[in-house]
Amino acid sequence: MSPTSEQLLSYADGALVLSHRLSEWMSNAPTVEEDIALGNIALDLLGQARGLLQTLGDEDQLAYFRDGQEFRNPLLCELPNGDFAHTMIRQLFADAWFAEVWADLAADNTVDADVRGVAEKAVKENAYHWRHSSAWVVRLGDGTDESHRRTHDALDALWPYRGEIASDHWYSRVEPVLAHATLTTPGRDAWTQRSSSDGWHTEHLGYLLAEMQSLARAHPGATW
Amino acid sequence: MTGPTSQWPLWEVFLRSRNGLHHQHVGSVHAVDAEMAVGNARDVYTRRGEGVSIWVVPSAAIVASDPDDKGELFEPALDKIYRHPTFYEIPDGVANI
Repeated sequence: MSPTSEQLLSYADGALVLSHRLSEWMSNAPTVEEDIALGNIALDLLGQARGLLQTLGDEDQLAYFRDGQEFRNPLLCELPNGDFAHTMIRQLFADAWFAEVWADLAADNTVDADVRGVAEKAVKENAYHWRHSSAWVVRLGDGTDESHRRTHDALDALWPYRGEIASDHWYSRVEPVLAHATLTTPGRDAWTQRSSSDGWHTEHLGYLLAEMQSLARAHPGATW
Repeated sequence: MTGPTSQWPLWEVFLRSRNGLHHQHVGSVHAVDAEMAVGNARDVYTRRGEGVSIWVVPSAAIVASDPDDKGELFEPALDKIYRHPTFYEIPDGVANI
């Protein structure tokens, strides 16, 4: 079944907002190599967001001149970076979501050709993102006492935000990685945060948008 | 590693830019294991489409010549110009060389 434009917007906003979050690590990542790795992932996500937004309207208008309540990203994507373990658990969850999103779009002949083109490119990008995030989650979870503790804290904090993105497919991707990382989830039936499809967001999105949109709003149409 | 502030091991990175060419040294990355080294090399050195294949080698596994041996190792080759193919004049009449 072809995705609705509301669904496409949730994918685009998810990629856009998560991209911005990852870009906040620039110059602050644990190593210079990881700094660049996170930057690469952020740029991939930005490209995916742009590709979808261009099929939905004016990309700049949609990215810079909508207010928080008009954004349709899963709440997970807007949550603050926290420590590196927190960022990697969030990324694992998002990568597993996007893996299903892009694969479904790419395989669906009824989907608009431009959208399918974005998805086909994104499938490969996502495969690398997943490799990166799952390797880090295993390394941190099954690492030192401190890295295990921090990663478990991140899992407990983020698990309630899986509701908008988790499917059987999602669980089947995420659960084996967490098990390998010696991390225990609260379970599939545990309480989950409400959807943001009615425009509700966490308090964090407003601050993110204020930073992301301020330049475009102060200087509409600015180019460089 | 002795603590969280210790440096991760260093790896030398080699890229092959196209099929048929050989891998060339492009730089180094820090990584805790080989898998991460390949990932970091990919992220740091192939962002502009530079490579189709990556090798990483623990820097500690590189055996280097001693700079003090430069004289005995390399200077003897400097005056052997006949080892360069351009030293030889090709006789007229040799068609395919």
